[in-house]
Amino acid sequence: MRSDRVLLAHGSGGTMMRELIEDVFVARFNDEVLLRMDDAAALTLPPGRIAFTTDTYVVTPRFFPGGDIGRLAVAGTVNDVATSGATPLYLSVGFVLEEGLMIEELGRVLDSMASVAKEAGVRIVTGDTKVVERGHGDGVYINTAGVGVIREGLDLSSSHCRPGDAVLLSGTLGDHGIAVISTREGLTFGTDVVSDAAPLGGLVSAVLDAAPGARCFRDPTRGGLASCLNELASASGVSITVEEESVPVREQVRGACELLGYDVYQVANEGKMVAVVPGDEASAALEAMRGSRYGGDAAIVGEVAEGPAGRVNVRTSFGARRIMDMLVGEQLPRIC
Amino acid sequence: MTDLQAAWRDPELAKHLVDLITQAADRPIKLMEVCGTHTVAIARFGLRDLMPPNIALLSGPGCPVCVTANRDIDLAIELTHVDGVVLATFGDMMKVPGSYSSLQREKADGRDVRIVYSPLDAVQLAADLPDRQVVFLGVGFETTAPAIAMAILTAAQRGLDNFSVLSVHKTVPLALEALVNDPEVAIDGFILPGHVSTIIGPEPYRFLAERYHVPGVATGFEPVDVLQGVWMLAKQLHEGRAEIEVAYRRGVSADGNPTARARIAEVFEPSDAEWRGIGVIPGTGLAIRPEFAAWDAALRFDVTPPPPKEIPGCQCGEVLRGVTLPFECKLFGRACTPEHPIGPCMVSSEGSCAAYYRYTDYGR
Repeated sequence: MRSDRVLLAHGSGGTMMRELIEDVFVARFNDEVLLRMDDAAALTLPPGRIAFTTDTYVVTPRFFPGGDIGRLAVAGTVNDVATSGATPLYLSVGFVLEEGLMIEELGRVLDSMASVAKEAGVRIVTGDTKVVERGHGDGVYINTAGVGVIREGLDLSSSHCRPGDAVLLSGTLGDHGIAVISTREGLTFGTDVVSDAAPLGGLVSAVLDAAPGARCFRDPTRGGLASCLNELASASGVSITVEEESVPVREQVRGACELLGYDVYQVANEGKMVAVVPGDEASAALEAMRGSRYGGDAAIVGEVAEGPAGRVNVRTSFGARRIMDMLVGEQLPRIC
Repeated sequence: MTDLQAAWRDPELAKHLVDLITQAADRPIKLMEVCGTHTVAIARFGLRDLMPPNIALLSGPGCPVCVTANRDIDLAIELTHVDGVVLATFGDMMKVPGSYSSLQREKADGRDVRIVYSPLDAVQLAADLPDRQVVFLGVGFETTAPAIAMAILTAAQRGLDNFSVLSVHKTVPLALEALVNDPEVAIDGFILPGHVSTIIGPEPYRFLAERYHVPGVATGFEPVDVLQGVWMLAKQLHEGRAEIEVAYRRGVSADGNPTARARIAEVFEPSDAEWRGIGVIPGTGLAIRPEFAAWDAALRFDVTPPPPKEIPGCQCGEVLRGVTLPFECKLFGRACTPEHPIGPCMVSSEGSCAAYYRYTDYGR
């Protein structure tokens, strides 16, 4: 690679582009299907229903404590595939690069993608790159799509929650959102909270082994736990009550939320999973979560009840009740 | 949770305080929490549910975003239309509707509006953008005023002539006098704002008790703090006393924070201020002193926004005076929701309509 930064010519379709792809991308992703450089990856899938998902990743800053945009782009799509009870197998990766991006920086993003993909056991088999003029992008945008095969006989859906089910959360809330906001330009408070971005295919698989009657999984990313549970309650026509005391939140995250006026239930997570399982499978599911790499702090945080449909309640430590509402628009820090 | 914080969220202690409140409240009592942070704490921890039926907790004019008059928001919006101006603001102001637009909408239309987390960040922005005019929208009470005074002092010290502040600050004590004098309001006692009291101390409220026989308790923001404040008020009323007391002892000293007050006094002087829903209250504004006129955006830019207009049907004014409860407004939960807010009390995270809508069953 001759140039130390991305040039418009790298998106031209000519030899410069070939150099970028071979020296920077393929060198790291090194997959036999990808190496063929065909326009489409030809794949053989095991029998079963297919889970197929896509997501686009845009984050400022690109590197933050505990991760970077590359780690998010692989882990996020792996987790979306996993929520359907599928084993994630293949990923496509699409990049929009801004002219002037340092190749070294791009390399670090790709290294991190390759390392998460390896950990998650997912193969990057096809990709695309475009370059936009300086000022027309924010360094790098990444789209990933993922394919996996769903376990036989499994039919998970957000509409399957039933009264008496237990709601499990795989760990502490709000780590990603607070880690990112703490590094944003102009924000003068620092914390050592790190993002939780992580691939959770293994965790979902372990819970399914332990709780075969599981109703659904959902990763509480943007909009946090609040959006996640409100969507489940609406889709299933049930209410959900969360015990505030049982929700794991790091002290520093709680403090940062108080300071900024954020509701921790609405802060984004990138390495957490919510599982709804029948009440009698709850303790087995919890044990499985806690035994997984990213589930050490897992807890049973709430239960499903009959209507009012779509209502999510929080029971505070004094037995008072309030509503857990969804985030509206953008999270904005308050005045005092 | 830290041990200290856990103590202020202790369910046993809370239950004990609720028992004491129930015993003391031997007649119907109307208490007003003056601060938006209290409004949110009461809703978020479900404290209203725990109160005996004799106690009504009303929200007052304590959300700085909500009490900002349309005229002032319109002026800020007008400033974003001036060539070269970058308007820096706290995040909460973005969505607040003025008479004709909001900062959020202006930003989408290409005006340069930036969210900062501290007024000193806006000073730095001015240093980083020497060819632009950075105007900081100074909204808030005694709590934010010291930091904004520091921003002006810092800009003066660094010789930054491309920084200025549009000061629409308000001060609390005299606004409470306006409420006490309002026959519609009839408040029995005030849950006084903890953070404001940290700066000004309890003394500036003393006249409420002495002249009007209305008690007040400076109160903190954890659930046990709020319950303690309510109990101390109920007890005073039960015993026929009217005093200004401090429940929030870990945050409020007898003379507040003299250093912060000195900064405010150095940069600002009292002025008249227009409060949404209440009108102009003499002496409740903070105007930038003539010595610092060079950093006063209201003087630097010659802009006149179109005459303000009020929002038809919106009862934020009555809500801010505690005359109307949020869910009694005809728009609440119907035409006016957090997704499509009509009045500022539904917009701001500290607004009482938003707190009722987010955390209770009303309007659903």
